[in-house]
Amino acid sequence: MEELAIRVEHVSKEYRLGAIGGATLKGEIQAKIAKLRHKENPNLKIGEKEHNKNERFLALNDMSFDVKKGETVGIIGRNGAGKSTILKLICRVTAPTKGNIYLNGRITSMLEVGTGFHPELTGRENVYLNGAILGMTKAEIDKKFDEIVEFSEVGQFIDTPVKRYSSGMKVKLAFAVASHLDSEIMIMDEVLAVGDVAFQNKCIDRMKKVAEEEGRTILYVSHNMATVKSLCNRCVVLSHGQVAFEGETEEAIAVYMADDNLDNTTFFDTSHAKRLPKYGQKHLLLNLHMFESQSTVLEYGDKFPFRITWKSGNADDRMLMKMVINGIDATPVGVIFGGELKSEKGINSAEFIFDTSYLVPGKYTVDVILYDQYDSGSILYHDRATALRFSIEHSDKSLKLKHWFKDWGNAVLPCIEQIIGDDKNV
Amino acid sequence: MTEQKWTTVVKSSNSAFDMDIKGLKNCKDLIMLFVRRTFVAKYKQTILGPAWAIIQPFFTTVVYSVFFGNIAGLGASGVPNFIFYLSGTIVWTLFANCLTETSHTFTANSAILGKVYFPRLVMPISTAISQFIGFFIQFAFMLCFLVYYLITDVGLKPNIFILMFPLVLFQLAVLGMGFGIMISALTTKYRDLAMVVSFGVSLWSYCSPVAYDMFSRSQLAPGSIFYNIYMLNPVTPAINLFRYGFLGTGEVDWLFYGISWATTAIVAVIGALMFSKSEKTFMDTV
Repeated sequence: MEELAIRVEHVSKEYRLGAIGGATLKGEIQAKIAKLRHKENPNLKIGEKEHNKNERFLALNDMSFDVKKGETVGIIGRNGAGKSTILKLICRVTAPTKGNIYLNGRITSMLEVGTGFHPELTGRENVYLNGAILGMTKAEIDKKFDEIVEFSEVGQFIDTPVKRYSSGMKVKLAFAVASHLDSEIMIMDEVLAVGDVAFQNKCIDRMKKVAEEEGRTILYVSHNMATVKSLCNRCVVLSHGQVAFEGETEEAIAVYMADDNLDNTTFFDTSHAKRLPKYGQKHLLLNLHMFESQSTVLEYGDKFPFRITWKSGNADDRMLMKMVINGIDATPVGVIFGGELKSEKGINSAEFIFDTSYLVPGKYTVDVILYDQYDSGSILYHDRATALRFSIEHSDKSLKLKHWFKDWGNAVLPCIEQIIGDDKNV
Repeated sequence: MTEQKWTTVVKSSNSAFDMDIKGLKNCKDLIMLFVRRTFVAKYKQTILGPAWAIIQPFFTTVVYSVFFGNIAGLGASGVPNFIFYLSGTIVWTLFANCLTETSHTFTANSAILGKVYFPRLVMPISTAISQFIGFFIQFAFMLCFLVYYLITDVGLKPNIFILMFPLVLFQLAVLGMGFGIMISALTTKYRDLAMVVSFGVSLWSYCSPVAYDMFSRSQLAPGSIFYNIYMLNPVTPAINLFRYGFLGTGEVDWLFYGISWATTAIVAVIGALMFSKSEKTFMDTV
């Protein structure tokens, strides 16, 4: 059996909704007295029962998972799925309502960078203070001090009060302190969201080093799937306070991204999508229909026809369509340009064929954008709410993609031609 | 199969007796750094710096001497009003500051306590300790006057009980902190009690021999019922002992001093238990 670092066992956390306690001190005392006398709470409405379930909210509902020692585990999920709550419980900031959490080793939390930085103190003083708050002794910080300052890149300003620091400098210093602690378990919630790109990469490298070379356990919470992908070897997907999926990062991200669009319809109604007023209201995309497909799950290389239907206020023959294809983590894969679209006043439609052979297996979303070809390409219709979703599967393992590897990206570009014979010396 | 070891268990059961004493012992550095933080942050960007610690008790003492001592005639008999009031004011200030400053432990530090875990008692303990920095500045100030009055020989009779002053200070700090953490535990949910603290403390000072000499009041003559009730205030015997040691004024009633210590111990234990009970989930209600 591999050694575990964290075990979360049937943990629930309940919050009461509304105002704290939902009552006044007087009301609460009355309720207490009534309870002692085995009478009904005089403040309850008739028919209302004590411990009204509706007033309570289960942020975590019977959650269980294990983290092995030395693992880097990502925790992903939508807002409100319970990510921050479970981290708070693991950090012992607040106690669970039910269940226990077992920890093996010291814990460092970086729930918010710069926790405990005091603006009046200098960088040096704050390094010591922050280190001590995170559980280090003064002697331990002494030993690591130079390393911390070097990593933070703020050496020049180390004796300046932190209130004069830029926000980037604060973040750098805080991350440097937290990542140099000798704790066995590190917990990070969106810490890398700040700082410039170079420093973010440095942080990720540092985290990888910490995890791989020093064998520490890392719990990482982020909405940035790219960093999750590069850092974590396993992910726990949370949804509504429960573990929705636990397993390999790639799959977990797919589960997370597909969380709200599991419906398998080939008809996409876009008429109610919110549009920004700046894009004009001349044309409205009503729907998009993959009218020959039975399902949005396609085979690699499939071509499918689809029809778009839109409503126009006026006749217009200057409109073009383009489609932006996005991968599962919302990174754009590429763009497709369609031809001219003639609009009559009223309802119009056009049909296209979509060739998926340029896309590797995976899940995709498509943004449809209508724009004016003469008026410097100004956008007539644009909705980030995705118009089309499909996934491409790969069951017969065709030769080209037989050993398809995620690091190759999502697009298969057209063939390169081999130069043969006499052309060699050209 | 190897036995899985756990160093920490985060339990859902919420027992007041489940205190992190072991963790607290490892937090000496943290406590000292918090003390330093409080001190440095307090006097940064002030011109007079720590001299401010003297100014407040000095003016209080002047006002007490003029109005209570001279005009109202409540002052001490046999010793100068100034040193009498100064000694009372600084020990009272130590107690009052320990109480008020620790009473908002949870509310004032929710930002940091909500992010990381360390034994929560670190916060009030370091707050109480940092009150001593100001106190010792005031204490040195008082000693200067004491020396001056001894040289001019106005009837001060310092005696062997002067050696008990560390005990008095410790007791007052523990007592103040005990009440403070009790209030902080009670105010995580309802802030009402926090409103009471500031005026409650000033009312309390009038029930203690700070602004007047209890031994020159016939109503408070030892043995009377009113005296017995008055002496139950745990601060009173402590202030009396402090003054008796340094100035030789008043007297020490050892029975009530013992009761005062017992009260202090009870308050500290109950305070710690209430604090430990509420520290686990205070973030949900604060």
